[in-house]
Amino acid sequence: MATRVTTNPKVSPFGTTPKPGAGSGAWETFSWYFFRVSGVALILLVILHLVIMHVTNDVSSTTYDFVAHRYANPFWRVYDLTLLTLALLHGLNGLRIVCDDYIRTRGTRLAVQSVLFLTAVFFWLMGTMTIITFQPGKTVAASILGLLHH
Amino acid sequence: MPAETSTRVVQVKVKRYQPDQSAKPFWQEYRVEAEGNDRLLDVLNKIKWEQDGTLTYRRSCAHGVCGSDAMRVNGRNRLACKLLVNDLGARISVEPMLGFPVIRDLVVDMDPFFAKYEKIKPYLINDEPEPRTERQQSPEQRERYDETTKCILCGACTGSCPSVWANAEWVGPASIVNAHRFIFDSRDRGGAERLQILSDRTGVWRCRTIFNCSEACPRGIPVTDAIEEVKRAIMYGTTDIA
Repeated sequence: MATRVTTNPKVSPFGTTPKPGAGSGAWETFSWYFFRVSGVALILLVILHLVIMHVTNDVSSTTYDFVAHRYANPFWRVYDLTLLTLALLHGLNGLRIVCDDYIRTRGTRLAVQSVLFLTAVFFWLMGTMTIITFQPGKTVAASILGLLHH
Repeated sequence: MPAETSTRVVQVKVKRYQPDQSAKPFWQEYRVEAEGNDRLLDVLNKIKWEQDGTLTYRRSCAHGVCGSDAMRVNGRNRLACKLLVNDLGARISVEPMLGFPVIRDLVVDMDPFFAKYEKIKPYLINDEPEPRTERQQSPEQRERYDETTKCILCGACTGSCPSVWANAEWVGPASIVNAHRFIFDSRDRGGAERLQILSDRTGVWRCRTIFNCSEACPRGIPVTDAIEEVKRAIMYGTTDIA
């Protein structure tokens, strides 16, 4: 086997971390890791959500009052916000990679991914506004106006 | 003496592409008299030598070492020289590997494949002063990357990978196997550089652990396992992983 000697000063001994920031490596690695972590978290979050909304409580009883009662406890607002954020980011990341795989022209890919990103941001803002500002007996708009007024 | 070595007629359906005659690939059937322990390569040779000289395919050593005759046989990537008629049944379908540009009949363009192979720097990188003797390593250190030294660059894994079918830019399993061979070699110092190359948008994260590559490898390399080890090395920033 011939030895090819490199004069590249950046070559470090094997076993060191790839330098973040160069190329898309650090981002893609993070994206892959986020996929795994959010996937596991979502399994737990979604199962508990489904159990509460559909198993321990009958669908007919999960009414406006039910949600109002639940949202009196900030824990469930944080829970729902986490569920919303992780589900949207996890799904968005999946679709981003589907685009990377199947859309071969750079321009089209950028356009489709931009639409996906903006859609996710829109849904995230809608959900987050509702979760944070929800007050029993008031519309979301009224709640936001009320919060702004303070 | 194997039980079934008697002569029989096999029906071979070949997906052909003759760009000077037709812009579209087409299927052509041949009937060949073959022995049970003839290899598929022998059957193709019989067609070429006795029936149709225009049939085009690559072969060189004919003993499963050079990696020239990888093709899609009954839907799976195999080396034609390592398949016996006995194991294939009376009807055999033969196609060029997917995921490669077809040049003619079963001959595919391997240039993009080797370009991706070169991308991962498949040679020893070590700037340290050369020792007086060989660069030594223990049997355990050699064992660490033993499986991935077996690659013959036939392309069967890369041509079987749905991620490659979807995205030809992707570096593909064969390149990662050969990167693994150096990344986990105790004498090599280019591991970080290779891990950096393999961590980008067209790198290891495109692998969806479909395992087609492991199934296709004529050398029995656990390809998906090697890819997972490279993923772990990138993730943990070290090759010192279990």
